[in-house]
Amino acid sequence: MVLDGKTPSGPLHEKWDKRKQEMKLVSPANKRKYRIIVVGTGLAGASAAATLGELGYNVEAFCFQDTPRRGHSIAAQGGINAAKNYPSDGDSIERLFMDTIKGGDFRAREANVYRLASVSGNIIDQAVAQGVPFARDYAGYLDNRSFGGAQVSRTFYARGQTGQQLLLGAYGSLMRQIRAGSVRLHPRTEMLDLVTVNGEAKGITVRDLVTGEVSSYAADAVCLATGGYTNVFNLSTNAAGSNVTAAYRAYKKGALFANPCFTQIHPTCIPVTGEHQSKLTLMSESLRNDGRVWVPKNKDDKRKASDIPEPERDYFLERKYPAFGNLAPRDIASRAAKEVCDEGRGVGPGGRGVYLDFANAIDRLGEGTIRERYGNLFEMYEQITAENAYHQPMRIYPAPHYTMGGLWVDYNLESTIPGLFVLGEANFSDHGANRLGASALMQGLADGYFIISYTIANYLARTTPGAVTSDHAEFLKSREDVACFTGKLLAINGKRTVNDFHRELGRLMWENVGMARSEASLKSALSLIPRLRAEFWENVKVTGTGSELNQQLEKAGRVADFLEFGELMAADALHRNESCGGHFRVEYEMPDGEAKRDDENFCYVAAWEYKGADKAPELHKEPLAFENVKLAVRSYK
Amino acid sequence: MNLTLYVWRQKGPKDAGRLVRYEAKDITPDMSFLEMLDVVNEGLVRNSDDPIAFDHDCREGICGMCALVINGIPQGPQKKTTICQLHMRHFKNGDTIYVEPLRARAFPVIRDLVVDRGSLDRIIQSGGYISTHTGGVPDGNAILVPKNDADKAMDAAECIGCGACVAACPNGSAMLFTAAKVTQLATLPQGRTEAARRVCVMTEEMLSQGFGNCGNHYECQAACPKGIKVQFIAKLNREFIKAKLT
Repeated sequence: MVLDGKTPSGPLHEKWDKRKQEMKLVSPANKRKYRIIVVGTGLAGASAAATLGELGYNVEAFCFQDTPRRGHSIAAQGGINAAKNYPSDGDSIERLFMDTIKGGDFRAREANVYRLASVSGNIIDQAVAQGVPFARDYAGYLDNRSFGGAQVSRTFYARGQTGQQLLLGAYGSLMRQIRAGSVRLHPRTEMLDLVTVNGEAKGITVRDLVTGEVSSYAADAVCLATGGYTNVFNLSTNAAGSNVTAAYRAYKKGALFANPCFTQIHPTCIPVTGEHQSKLTLMSESLRNDGRVWVPKNKDDKRKASDIPEPERDYFLERKYPAFGNLAPRDIASRAAKEVCDEGRGVGPGGRGVYLDFANAIDRLGEGTIRERYGNLFEMYEQITAENAYHQPMRIYPAPHYTMGGLWVDYNLESTIPGLFVLGEANFSDHGANRLGASALMQGLADGYFIISYTIANYLARTTPGAVTSDHAEFLKSREDVACFTGKLLAINGKRTVNDFHRELGRLMWENVGMARSEASLKSALSLIPRLRAEFWENVKVTGTGSELNQQLEKAGRVADFLEFGELMAADALHRNESCGGHFRVEYEMPDGEAKRDDENFCYVAAWEYKGADKAPELHKEPLAFENVKLAVRSYK
Repeated sequence: MNLTLYVWRQKGPKDAGRLVRYEAKDITPDMSFLEMLDVVNEGLVRNSDDPIAFDHDCREGICGMCALVINGIPQGPQKKTTICQLHMRHFKNGDTIYVEPLRARAFPVIRDLVVDRGSLDRIIQSGGYISTHTGGVPDGNAILVPKNDADKAMDAAECIGCGACVAACPNGSAMLFTAAKVTQLATLPQGRTEAARRVCVMTEEMLSQGFGNCGNHYECQAACPKGIKVQFIAKLNREFIKAKLT
């Protein structure tokens, strides 16, 4: 299979305009004849469903939550990047493009990233028009803050709840279209299969989570905006319900999965406290604007933070990366934290933590300013840890947070299955091997508001609307398959709970496919995962029936997919014999401990094709051509 | 620590529900309330009993999906805290805890602690937005917003749509929820154009969804995990009168 990214020719800054010119349109009168399915209602899904509905298409929007406003984009705290250059500090589309390419350690497609940077400003305008209450200065102008991996202030924010406010903006637009009748909403409905007819995506099979009824929806195209898969680690910053199921089942139907091993470990999360824990909570990266990260210089220093004098503290990010200091990119900051903890200098119970200290900032700016900037984050920290971060430093540790990998898409966001489009975190396209802070919101909304409406028309214009209905044999088979899968899970009646399996898988993934990976650890994962999966299918216990609200059953299906997907991640990580961005292989490191990339052999997107149960997936490569950027060693010193 | 729970169990919307007693054993103070329920549920599953159904998702206090009534208080006894952020250190060994779903006419029970809050979505659908469409909007800095107004709009916009205010209200009113959205949009210049229509249709929709009206009890504010203030209800009333008089 030749993977064609379908990048337009011509100069970088003209590519998107050129593509928009080339693409076919669907006339206003014809739009209503087409039906489009959008799965997921986070930023990418809600913005796409609303925009497509406004244009006149018939949209069916699905989410597993009780309302579309709960998509996990809502939890994004710090902000959204845009190359507005309002502070006149040297920002531009080119600089945001360069920062994103470099931040991603040169493993993203140039043309995609440039387009993302060039529409970033429109997103801010759109959100303001919707009534998103961004932070303002006293003259009424929009305020900016700085974020990791950038030397300009280009991050727009709404206190520590930027994701919430942007999502509620998109949700408002979606609600308006639901009232207008162009979008039909299906909450508490989970996609369990993609239906393809003659190789093209023509619908989905879903389970109604309240009644348990399995049904199908036919459409002319399908958009997946189903988020990322870090819950494969069990403990992550994702919502409890976040899962890989929709993307993974599309993969099983022929969509290629790209760079699954590119996962982001976020440096500033609240450390784990115990076995019972169900999730890890992020403390926004924006805190690193004013907080200083440090550990004691000496091993096993058990003194209270305030009793450790200045000369005995190691501000390791400032020491190692003087140019970026505490704002070094996430992958770099996470590894540095792991390193000092591995040396035995970690703080807090178990020694897996580093300090994030605001004492200097409070001295400089006053507690009031810090409270205004981060008040809700300090409150959240206190609720979880019972510690007051105004008086003692926060303790933080890296945790799985975001997945750069995802379903492979071309420049038009179309997967290898014609008619299947993938948006937001669910695709792989823009962040390479590491995502910069405040860029996830930007990408989700760019895809949903400003890209999909053009590219989906180009596909639809070549199809006959309503050509397939849900009584087609493929739909029948899909419903049978889903019912059979559910039935199998319920029939096992073993001894171990679903959560128990998820915990074991998570531990296994974190230890072997986590922040530092080696050939040995990955091989061990590849032998352990199939064993755990086999045990799951013999010994999992799911009570109740399939024809009712059954949360154990929902979770069992998601964990079953993670148990297959984890193997794909490990295989990808094992094949990529280099370190880049969030993928760190201990065998490939520079003398100073930094990631050692291998551009000669691995400057490509690794896209995996499903070949059947218990068969090895096939690797396809999309070479990455850098025409505008010079490949260089990433340095934040 | 060990606790005794009385949890509302109800198989479906039409079934009669009842409180069932459970023992929660070996609970640690660092657990969140939902993690405590996870532990109880795993025990139930091991005994081949149906686990307690409850809504939850982000588990960091922002998605608004989890909302229970603990000892009669929607979103629990801790001020400005969602259930997922309520930690067991606020309880004592030997405590008895009553756990019930949000109760309101507009929130029918689906199962156990899970209720249908679609009525809140329908209030927003009626007009809780600015009718902009994608593209063709002015530059973000073309619309200046005084900082105080931006801050006030943000105070109102922090609502997470959990529905605790409704369950806390003796009238089962969604006035605080509705007022928060009305205030956010009416305070911003972008939202003024539709302000009069918006406040009318949203309050009308609220009543037609089966919510009651405001009786100035302020229980909503006391229960709100995000500290949304009843002053916004005054703002809604002002906007409503203004709309009706002009």
